[in-house]
Amino acid sequence: MFALEWDTILAARSIIGAGIAVTLQVTLVAIVGGIAGGTVLAMLAVSGSRPLQLFSKYYVALFRAVPLVMLLLWFFLIVPQILRAVFGLSPSVDIRLVSAMVAFVLLESAFFAEIIRAGIIGLSKGQFHAAAALGMTRYQSMRYIILPQAFRAMLPIMMTQCIVIFQDTSLVYVISLGDFFRNTVSIGERDGTLVPMLLLAGAVYWAICSGLSGLVRFLQNRTAS
Amino acid sequence: MIALKNVSKWYEDFQALHDCSVAVEKGEVVIFCGPSGSGKSTLIKLINGLEDFQKGDILFKGKSIRDRDVRLPEWRRRIGMVFQHFELFPHLSVLGNLTIAQQKVLKRDAAEAEHKAMALLDRVGLRAHAGKYPSQLSGGQQQRVAIARSLSMDPEVMLFDEPTSALDPEMISEVLAVMVELAQEGMTMLCVTHEMGFARQVADRVVFMDAGTIVETAGAEAFFSAPQSDRARDFLGRLLL
Repeated sequence: MFALEWDTILAARSIIGAGIAVTLQVTLVAIVGGIAGGTVLAMLAVSGSRPLQLFSKYYVALFRAVPLVMLLLWFFLIVPQILRAVFGLSPSVDIRLVSAMVAFVLLESAFFAEIIRAGIIGLSKGQFHAAAALGMTRYQSMRYIILPQAFRAMLPIMMTQCIVIFQDTSLVYVISLGDFFRNTVSIGERDGTLVPMLLLAGAVYWAICSGLSGLVRFLQNRTAS
Repeated sequence: MIALKNVSKWYEDFQALHDCSVAVEKGEVVIFCGPSGSGKSTLIKLINGLEDFQKGDILFKGKSIRDRDVRLPEWRRRIGMVFQHFELFPHLSVLGNLTIAQQKVLKRDAAEAEHKAMALLDRVGLRAHAGKYPSQLSGGQQQRVAIARSLSMDPEVMLFDEPTSALDPEMISEVLAVMVELAQEGMTMLCVTHEMGFARQVADRVVFMDAGTIVETAGAEAFFSAPQSDRARDFLGRLLL
């Protein structure tokens, strides 16, 4: 009774394709922006300056404490107003995608900051001393000695976080942004094939995530040896 | 060349160094010894600003580390340091360990940095290992690489912080041989070590410390044949047992 009707799926392939494109865009921007923001926040957290440390600490605490759905809604309701006011955009311009990306980058920066910070403080103090003793500045020590090691040590955890991000992007349905998940559901509702379409969506998420998990395990084994 | 003047250091309420004064001339080899916890390592780390201190002053070629125009990275670049646990960079090859600071700090180009690195590896007998990673080397080899890495910055003084105390006995001599050679070439060296044979061989002077205080400073021969203080006599007596 839940037989997939492949022809309806084929007919809707452009809608599903557009959804996949949105999912991948949000995921990619969240990962790249999150790692960049997280690196900056982690460097602030281990910097010598007390105000910068506190900024990083409270930023991370704040964004990790707020549910993602709430953040997405806030950004959908607030950021468009700000962007429109600042850039004088007309209300007809669709900025759901941008506000979703901004929300994800801000949130994921906090998560990546914690991962990278753990990687940095896991290194021995001697590595900082050795870099400093060669005449490197704080920035040079970080850039060439500390961060490469911290990233290497944290690679499996960062990959796991990327998988979580990929799954979490499905939450953009709350701002009615048409990602892969939402578009699949829409087709199901339209054609009365909701259950098969949900199964299909689940299968696609499962396939991609378990593929990525396999990659993580491979990397872990390689780092361990 | 290096002068410590009445340096005192506290960790919270605990006073780690009491009023320490030492002057080291160019080309001198000065050995710092004493029981563990006596503050020798702390004292040596103050010289390149890896630890700070609350009272007194440290001068390098007449300039105070406290001077407002002193930039610590440049100060440290001119003072080489070798650590107890080598602290090679595990993500870089041996060659990478020797070239990274030359390129980033001294702005040498890759070819020049590599040329210098290979010459130094030759000198410590490890040219054949340039492409390996630190984890593939023995402790003695790693410490020789660390010495070469430090020398790649053309330091004017070398600090050694217990360079052989993390090594297996059979590897100690290969590291000491490199250090003896360095001393004989006229490098100014300040060395914390328990290797009294080495100290006797190369030291111009010995600084004996106990409980954060410099108890005795003497010429090497005088120190080993006739230590003045009871504590130094006691220390040497126990080492020779």
